[in-house]
Amino acid sequence: MTASDAHRAIDAVWRIESARLIAGLARMVRDVGLAEELAQDALVAALERWPGSGVPANPGAWLMATAKNRAIDRLRRARLIDRKHQEVGHELTAEHDVIPALEAAIDGDPGDDLLRLMFTSCHPVVSPEGRVALTLRLLGGLTTPEIARAFLVPEPTIAQRIVRAKRTLADEHVAFEVPRGAELGTRLASVLEVIYLVFNEGYSATSGDDWMRPALCEDALRLGRMLAQLIRDEPEVHGLVALMEIQASRTRARTGPSGEPVLLLDQNRARWDHVLIGRGLAALARAEALGGARGRYALQAAIAACHARARTPEATDWARIAALYAALAELAPSPVVELNRAVALAMAFGPAAGLELVDALTSEPALEGYHLLPSVRGDLLFKLGRLDEARAEFARAAALTHNARERDLLLARVAACGDADGLSI
Amino acid sequence: MRFMMLMYPGDTAETGAVPDDKAVATMRKYNDDLTKAGVLLALDGLQPTAKGARVRVSGGKRTIVHGPFSEAKEIVGGYWLIQVRSRDEAVEWASRVPLTEGEMVELRQVFELSDFSPEKVVYSPG
Repeated sequence: MTASDAHRAIDAVWRIESARLIAGLARMVRDVGLAEELAQDALVAALERWPGSGVPANPGAWLMATAKNRAIDRLRRARLIDRKHQEVGHELTAEHDVIPALEAAIDGDPGDDLLRLMFTSCHPVVSPEGRVALTLRLLGGLTTPEIARAFLVPEPTIAQRIVRAKRTLADEHVAFEVPRGAELGTRLASVLEVIYLVFNEGYSATSGDDWMRPALCEDALRLGRMLAQLIRDEPEVHGLVALMEIQASRTRARTGPSGEPVLLLDQNRARWDHVLIGRGLAALARAEALGGARGRYALQAAIAACHARARTPEATDWARIAALYAALAELAPSPVVELNRAVALAMAFGPAAGLELVDALTSEPALEGYHLLPSVRGDLLFKLGRLDEARAEFARAAALTHNARERDLLLARVAACGDADGLSI
Repeated sequence: MRFMMLMYPGDTAETGAVPDDKAVATMRKYNDDLTKAGVLLALDGLQPTAKGARVRVSGGKRTIVHGPFSEAKEIVGGYWLIQVRSRDEAVEWASRVPLTEGEMVELRQVFELSDFSPEKVVYSPG
């Protein structure tokens, strides 16, 4: 095995094993920062040893054993220093307690440890961007430069976020535990939020971007699928996985040949990824079977699933989509959700049904300056033949949008409404 | 990126014999590892070729040959479809497939649809 072969193999092993390694060590030493250092030490040892000896048969176990020995060495050293300040008798019992405890900790359930690591790195005491960076680093196996490239920020910024996140966890004495009872809900929401943030960061990437950005979608999906294996009875975990699988299924259809965005109803459905759709629908069914059909992510996934199930845009079940948006609005009232519901209502029951709701939204302060409101309203008015009003709405939307391509489309719709006298159709 | 790992079981591909409990447990553990790591998209095991057929075109004529086929070494016994971050990671997963004497795993990278222009898409649902 050449040195470069060995290094590539070590990179791959790290990607696969690092999360479990760090999680197991964190349980031992109760400090994710120290755990990561120990894991890195083991990685350095592998880089020294494996090019000569070859990759061991069970590389994960090798890394764990190496890191564990380093941890014990460190603790022994710390104990030796302590010993000078303590009575010898007391110290001996302490050491006898500690080493077997370390051995036992290593043999714990690796799944439990991973779950603890996930909850810890997504802890709400850490800033949202700190949670994202720490999670990608500790659970996604990404390096700091990889995270920096994916998020389009300088490397020292990410390094800083990670250092600060670890320090906050230590300063706040965050326990390396899976939360229980009432706390579980809010803490789980934070974990799901971090994963979905990573996904959306990747999903918002455009075709000209570095491939590291869209790869964030795959990283988020991987984290979500991992979590769904670790915590199987929480419906929202499956709801989020379903939402991400179905959204990711459209990745290849979302942009045209020159990188322009293609709207959902205009997408070539042959380019949707049917393996991911199948996985998404299965995850949604699991969320629903667990009684979670009304969850925030499950509802969004159910809306995405309505589109995914439709073989053609005309086959879309708009009435169901409108009902799902209504449920979503009930759960988390939002004018943007209402606007989406209005579109679905118009598709299901005709433009007048949608317009009624849109008109009610025009006084909504949160939508002031939001170009999609006049754009949707213009479209409904146009369909109702109220061209003068439609023209004014399209013109307003064109003035509000920041996207040049979208502005062109809106101005074309202004022109399609005929001149100001309303004479030409 | 996606890879397909194709399993070539060699001489046992055609027997349809159920593997012993230990082999089943080992393979289940491997599949669990893929699932827990979030990399597994799909997998299937394939029945002996006696239940299948081959369709060929030769000299402009289409012929159908029913199984079983003779060349055991060329017979696929199953596959895994995985999503990973690098080719090296895919190689590492392939190297972990539990294999016995004479078995082989072939790793192939999957074309992404985005590798083709829209006109070249050869699959359309419905």
